[in-house]
Amino acid sequence: MPLIRTLPLISTMSLILVTSSIRIEQDDAGIVHLIFDKSGSKVNLLDRAFIDDYVTTINKLKQMTFTGVVLRSAKKSFFAGGDITELSQSADQGVEENFQLLSSLKEAMRWLETGGKPVVACINGAALGSGWELALACHYRVALVKNTELSLPAVTLGLPEVTLGLIPGVGGVVRMTRLLGFKAAMPYLLKGKQFDSEEGFKLGLINQISTSRVQMMAQATNWILSQQQTVYQPFDVKNYQLPGGNVNTPSIANLLVQAPAMLKQKTQGNLPAPEAILSVMIESTEVDVETALRIETRYFLNVIRGQVAKNMINTFWHQHNEVKAGASRPVDHSITHFSKIGVLGAGMMGAGIAYALASHGITVILKDISLEKAVFAKSYTASILANCTLADEDKCAILKRIILSKEPADLIGCDMVIEAVFEDRKVKSQAITEILAAVGDDLIMASNTSTLPISSLATASTKPENFIGLHFFSPVDKMPLVEIIKGDRTSTATLAAAYDLVLQIGKVPIVVNDCRGFFTSRIFFTYVSEGMRMLSEGIPAEVIENAAIQAGLPVGPLAIIDEVSLSLIDNVRNQARLDFKAEGKLRVDNPADAVLDKLLALKRFGKLAGAGFYDYSGQGPKQLWPGLVDVFPTQDNWDIDTVKDRLLFVQSIEALRAYKEGVVTSTRDANIGSIFGLGFPAWTGGVLQFIEHYGTYNFKCRAQQFCDQFGDQFRL
Amino acid sequence: MIPQAFIYDAIRTPRGLGKPSGALHEVKPVNLLADLLNHLQARNGFDTDAVDDIVLGCVTPIGDQGADIAKTAALVAGWKDNVAGVSINRFCASGLESVNMAAMKIRSGWEHLVIAGGVESMSRVKMGADGGAWSMDPETSLATDYMPQGIGADLIATLDGYSREDVDEFAARSHQRAAAAWQRGAFDKSVVPVCDRNGMLLLDKDQLVRADCSITSLAQLKPAFAYIGQTTFDSVAKRRYPQVCQIQHVHTPGNASGIVDGAALVLVGSAEAGVKWGLKPRARIVATAVVGADPTIMLTGPVPATKKALAVAGLTINDIDLFEVNEAFAAVVMRFMNELNISPDIVNVNGGSIAMGHPLGATGAIILGSLLDELETRNLKRGLATLCVGGGMGIATIIERVEG
Repeated sequence: MPLIRTLPLISTMSLILVTSSIRIEQDDAGIVHLIFDKSGSKVNLLDRAFIDDYVTTINKLKQMTFTGVVLRSAKKSFFAGGDITELSQSADQGVEENFQLLSSLKEAMRWLETGGKPVVACINGAALGSGWELALACHYRVALVKNTELSLPAVTLGLPEVTLGLIPGVGGVVRMTRLLGFKAAMPYLLKGKQFDSEEGFKLGLINQISTSRVQMMAQATNWILSQQQTVYQPFDVKNYQLPGGNVNTPSIANLLVQAPAMLKQKTQGNLPAPEAILSVMIESTEVDVETALRIETRYFLNVIRGQVAKNMINTFWHQHNEVKAGASRPVDHSITHFSKIGVLGAGMMGAGIAYALASHGITVILKDISLEKAVFAKSYTASILANCTLADEDKCAILKRIILSKEPADLIGCDMVIEAVFEDRKVKSQAITEILAAVGDDLIMASNTSTLPISSLATASTKPENFIGLHFFSPVDKMPLVEIIKGDRTSTATLAAAYDLVLQIGKVPIVVNDCRGFFTSRIFFTYVSEGMRMLSEGIPAEVIENAAIQAGLPVGPLAIIDEVSLSLIDNVRNQARLDFKAEGKLRVDNPADAVLDKLLALKRFGKLAGAGFYDYSGQGPKQLWPGLVDVFPTQDNWDIDTVKDRLLFVQSIEALRAYKEGVVTSTRDANIGSIFGLGFPAWTGGVLQFIEHYGTYNFKCRAQQFCDQFGDQFRL
Repeated sequence: MIPQAFIYDAIRTPRGLGKPSGALHEVKPVNLLADLLNHLQARNGFDTDAVDDIVLGCVTPIGDQGADIAKTAALVAGWKDNVAGVSINRFCASGLESVNMAAMKIRSGWEHLVIAGGVESMSRVKMGADGGAWSMDPETSLATDYMPQGIGADLIATLDGYSREDVDEFAARSHQRAAAAWQRGAFDKSVVPVCDRNGMLLLDKDQLVRADCSITSLAQLKPAFAYIGQTTFDSVAKRRYPQVCQIQHVHTPGNASGIVDGAALVLVGSAEAGVKWGLKPRARIVATAVVGADPTIMLTGPVPATKKALAVAGLTINDIDLFEVNEAFAAVVMRFMNELNISPDIVNVNGGSIAMGHPLGATGAIILGSLLDELETRNLKRGLATLCVGGGMGIATIIERVEG
């Protein structure tokens, strides 16, 4: 190899080989450049073709003389990760074949890693999943760093596999654990925490940061040329010790005894991926690197074949991407960009919406009947900002964008007005009429309501085609979903614009048709109602609440009733009674109503009142009210799996009804809505995907059994 | 006919505090055993080469206790080369398991004289130091819902409604009974003082017993499993027992078994061996049983083990005159008495592991010896010893005094 270094110093690159995804060039210093450049694609992806190309590349390298190797990308990002579509299609194909395929890639990577020649990754942009795994198999990593003056965005690095129900399968678990140690690696592997170049530098995963591609290349070249001896990974050097200690170190042993239980406290055993990752982390350190990589492959192939991975890929990858790409948005309208929006009502919801808009660059006229109320809204926004990590100037800018007003005329010039006044038909109608009178009916009028039918609210407007429902969830700054409700006469242009707004403020839109409770509230009420029904049947409250948590629901049905208050549930019920009556129908009470009535009679109105299904003493955590047992005597013949299934089935069956009635028009919007709006468990892939998870036939049988045993809420 | 297995003798060391400040910390576990072996030989007069096997329990068989400490101790004791030895681990049941295995060896007719017993020097080899897949391998731990026993004990208390006062009261009684037993010399027959290499006394009494122990003094102690429960393991318990909203953490170091150093031996043999060496049988081993129960609570094995042993023996609970139920945690014994409806007056009458300590590998042999001593003292017929065991297991042994 010194041969090449003695060549005249002309910066020429000779092309060695071109494949569909990798170009191999060699410079005059003898450094081989593996340039990732997938043909016909904006990003580099790890798919079968890439694996073949990579193995071919390494076989070529085996015949060459070279000083070192640089891995880099010809795309804007370094490497986007695995091809999820191909992965989900190939998951069920022969395990043997997939094992051989992955092994060939990992062995090729291992050849390069253990050959003694310096290998550098030049990370010019995002390196996620298998992209980051390719970088991890290098001895040295140089990455571009965020720089506002040079308008360089932050480079995103990490292994987000776990968020899709997957595990890193190309050495990510093995190498991250060996490089960082158990404790330090946990958040990046078990939670899929992503990080930027600077954090990577602090972790020691990025060796140098640079502010330009040219600088990055120079750093890589210099490092390679300065290596006097053979180069190995720290974990391939004799006497290597796992950072932070191995399983025999007392503090680590202690951590490992607790780690599974702590993990399961969060996952409740519903998510195979993080469990597999934790297992691989530990098992991989007990053996040599090659064996460790095989163990990782075996777990990986096991996880991708599981139904939970399929559920999560379906919803968090395919369907979520479809939503972001505007799947439920009418196509024949150009994108609307919003710069000024009026918000009516400065309560919690109004303030939250104002914050959501202002933090995405939209000027907000926040109007209430009195300025004092609007001032509350501003302090609410400030309190949200106090807890976030933005720079002070950004926080100031956000606050400045919220302009308080009590004059309807101040809303003139807005692109849209969102009313978020009290959830009462009369109050809302008045507010809408007043504003339209002041600003005219040409702008889009949106109503933030969780239950009131949009078409009837739209009658307050002279142009119902401009009227639409935008159901934000509380607390608005944390909840990602916005349920867009089409009224009977809402125009496609209005819908498209509303969809654009939701995406503009970084939230997730679903589109539903008008009906009582729309989609999400309807599902929500079946959940809380089933909780109360079970209480009336004598199932202990503890069991109901624990079953919800075990199923992966964020809050038990009784606890959530306390949160929203029993009075609210009562109001909605009474409204439904009136609406039924107006339609000439009768709303038949069910056992849940009796439970609600008993609690209301006892003046246990919920959390705010200090007493509901729980006691809120102010000291210590809330406790289930001990008196519940006297009001609702318990029996012993409950079965936890039945209780869990009832809480999930009742929601899925209601969603199915909503789908059949045309309230939601896609499984996508139902799944996304249930997860991002209601906290339906992620492992199910959403309220309709859960039926796939359970198996359609099994689901039907179980529903029929529930219907016979527990009531019509389970009728399919 | 199946040969009978008889107990000819049972001895033990006093139990020393299982800390560096404990009286036996400076004694190697192999020496605790070697001294006991020689003492047993001296007081029974058999030739060591007549011993077919030495079966000893040891729960953390690594380091000082590693690599078959039974054979090693026989070598250190200077016993004949032809004596075999095996160390066994059935967690906390190891000491009683060794007796049961010895009985089975005798009853097979293939062996005639077997030493059972066990050792644990908890001050020198920390509990859990041997790791193992159950607690240390995530896949195993996740699949089996592993949690520490203390959470299981608190879970029993929660499910059965034992208050902190209830368990402390039980613990105080254990101390009071143990103190009274020592006072009247109940253990004189079986406790062999531990001396150093020059014959200087190191310990001749169980170091943990406190006659002045009371509910008031015990109330000062903080719950041992509250923090680790609330941060980590209560959720495991609740997954298995969803009817529980909040685990009541009532167990403290004061109402759980003490961490100690100690050893015990039991001489088991056939009738033939007794005749040959002029030994008088003290009791017959009537039945033995091991079972598995809920691995999450891990402490409910004694009841099913007892029922199984009674069924093997063709006896009922009323045929048993005295019980020894290992006091791993107060709630374990309380549940046992409740579930089988047994009077506290015939259970652990001379105190238990809460007062005197639980040297894991030896305890089963110790409580069997104490049971036999007390049956003799009271001139009663039958006794049953039982322990809860890691992994949710349970073990029980029924013995019957032999007249004559």
